[in-house]
Amino acid sequence: MNPPAPLEVRHLTVAYGEKPAVWDVTWSAPPGLTAIVGPNGAGKSTLLKSALGLVPALSGEVRFFGRPLDTVRDRVGYLPQRASVDWDFPATALDVVCMARYPRMRWWGLVPRRDKEAARAALAQVGMADFADRQIGRLSGGQQQRVFLARALAQDADLVLMDEPFAAVDAATEAAIVAVLRELAAKGRHVVAVHHDLGTVPEYFSSVLLLNARVFAAGAVQDVFTNRSIAATYGARLAVLDEASVGAGAVGA
Amino acid sequence: MIAYNTLVVLSGCALLGVAAGTVGTFALLRGRALVADAVGHAALPGVAVAALIVALVGADPRALPPLLAGAAIAGLLGVLAVQALTRTRRIREDAAIAIVLSAFYAAGVALLSWLQTLPGAAQAGLSKFILGQAAAMRAEDAYIAATVAATCLVLVLLAFQRLRAVAFDMDFARVQGLRTDRTDLLLLALIVLVCVSGLQAVGLILVVALLVLPAATARLLTHRLPRMLALAAGCGALAGAAGAWVSAMRPEVPTGAAVVLLAALLFTLALLFAPERGLLARLWVLLRRRLAADTEHFLRAAWEAQEAAGAGPGTAGDRWAPIGAVAAARGWSAGKAARLAAWLALRGLVARAEGHVHLTPRGATLARRAVRAHRAVEHHLLAAGTADADSADRLADLLEHGLPPEMAARLLPEPSALPASPHALGAGR
Repeated sequence: MNPPAPLEVRHLTVAYGEKPAVWDVTWSAPPGLTAIVGPNGAGKSTLLKSALGLVPALSGEVRFFGRPLDTVRDRVGYLPQRASVDWDFPATALDVVCMARYPRMRWWGLVPRRDKEAARAALAQVGMADFADRQIGRLSGGQQQRVFLARALAQDADLVLMDEPFAAVDAATEAAIVAVLRELAAKGRHVVAVHHDLGTVPEYFSSVLLLNARVFAAGAVQDVFTNRSIAATYGARLAVLDEASVGAGAVGA
Repeated sequence: MIAYNTLVVLSGCALLGVAAGTVGTFALLRGRALVADAVGHAALPGVAVAALIVALVGADPRALPPLLAGAAIAGLLGVLAVQALTRTRRIREDAAIAIVLSAFYAAGVALLSWLQTLPGAAQAGLSKFILGQAAAMRAEDAYIAATVAATCLVLVLLAFQRLRAVAFDMDFARVQGLRTDRTDLLLLALIVLVCVSGLQAVGLILVVALLVLPAATARLLTHRLPRMLALAAGCGALAGAAGAWVSAMRPEVPTGAAVVLLAALLFTLALLFAPERGLLARLWVLLRRRLAADTEHFLRAAWEAQEAAGAGPGTAGDRWAPIGAVAAARGWSAGKAARLAAWLALRGLVARAEGHVHLTPRGATLARRAVRAHRAVEHHLLAAGTADADSADRLADLLEHGLPPEMAARLLPEPSALPASPHALGAGR
């Protein structure tokens, strides 16, 4: 028998107000590296956030490793969009990465040395060891993204959900992220990432979900990432509008 | 020699400032400043109702704890009302806060007025809670302030990591399974605690300032959260003690006003003079950068004026260039060019005589480097086909400063060559 999928959603529907952003999505992420691809406003981030319980779903079911999220939280990591936090916050890069270790710590007191070491190791893995004590507001955008990546790594999760990890990053950061993705895959970990750049999907990921409010295609990249299915996904926005007389979620990307 | 009573008031207000500074730091970072305002205003009807009950049961009307308990309950009810209103999604949080704050406050004012028509001592001195009157503080009140300050300090330090996690990235903390609702509740409880215990000294209208101002001051002074906590506590203590002292010396000044004015003064000083985030520091950086750019532009214009007058790219630097030509090339006023020439002469980069400048060896080196950087960027932009000669010149003006020599070398591979300008030199660009 196959092990349960790292992430599985069944009949998931999410709406902001009256507008459905994710429409009856049934999909299970295969093991390894998976990209979620679709036009702006296709509900990609919403799908992730809803799976994580950050956005309430109208209906549907979400399973991580075949179980509800609450029972496997320690196996699920998260890399939010960089723009989702205030980078002027008074914290160092190390402080931010240490936040990944909070579930392993008591609610009171200092960060134990063991967890600090883990955080430093994660920073080193993304090439940011020298910036551990730098205030996060003084890092470049790409460096900030790498701090977030290090935080996700420090969670030491079996599955990491990434929301646009490659958005607006420099070449060095892109290379660091790709290296981390490969390393995670080599260790048998799983990644589901919202991705914008169609050109790099075959190079970076092994599976893909083409999403535009509903599922247009899903599977191994070489099977389903075809011109035809991409055109269907990106050209279908108007069709969806007509069909359900709804926009495909103006909020979030 | 300070009187015992003054000492009590001073230390009480200082301790209150410590509590407000530490709690205010996280209230500010979590975006809860307005909620604190609502708590303060919503406390008034609680005070009035508590005073009424105290009078009815015939207890000591001067005793503080029942009144503060009433204030705390009403303050909490106010916050719950804000949350309930926001949750209906019919109204945004800022509007909900404004509504609750004014409605509760109005209810409090009405209750107080009604209490004053009753016989007996129920209403005695209740209005001091509105603006604060630290002089009325007794030793046991100072003990209460001390207890509150100690409680806040201990809880904030214990829950430091959690408070920070929730303030920085709520969603991430929730995904991790941290009980963010409990952390938020703790912060809220601390805010209520500070607001309520500050009622007597600062008054319910101004207590929010005591939470926000020291924290905001500290944020201007440091990037480190532990240091920010310490600075906020210190600012709060300073403002509290100094305000109470001013009010003790000049009893016509309400304590609340004095404390808040001093906190605002500290904030203004930090805003102006903070070493890095202060306005003056930023202005200084800006001016220095502009002067550096003007210097490079001047030197390059002086160099190019010689080229335009017939010196080849290799030999420019030996001739006298008219300052007027430099001004015309840059589009500067004659006065600005003359002032810059004087400044560069002072720095030993040019010699001046009869409205002309001559580059010194050091000035020529810098000028050559500036010309090289400018042309490197220009030629690169032209080669890439991204701009015509005119816009390449303007773009290069923006980019060339701070272009390290090795970068310029990469854009212009021949190290010794100084290419001719791709456009005509001189005025009228």
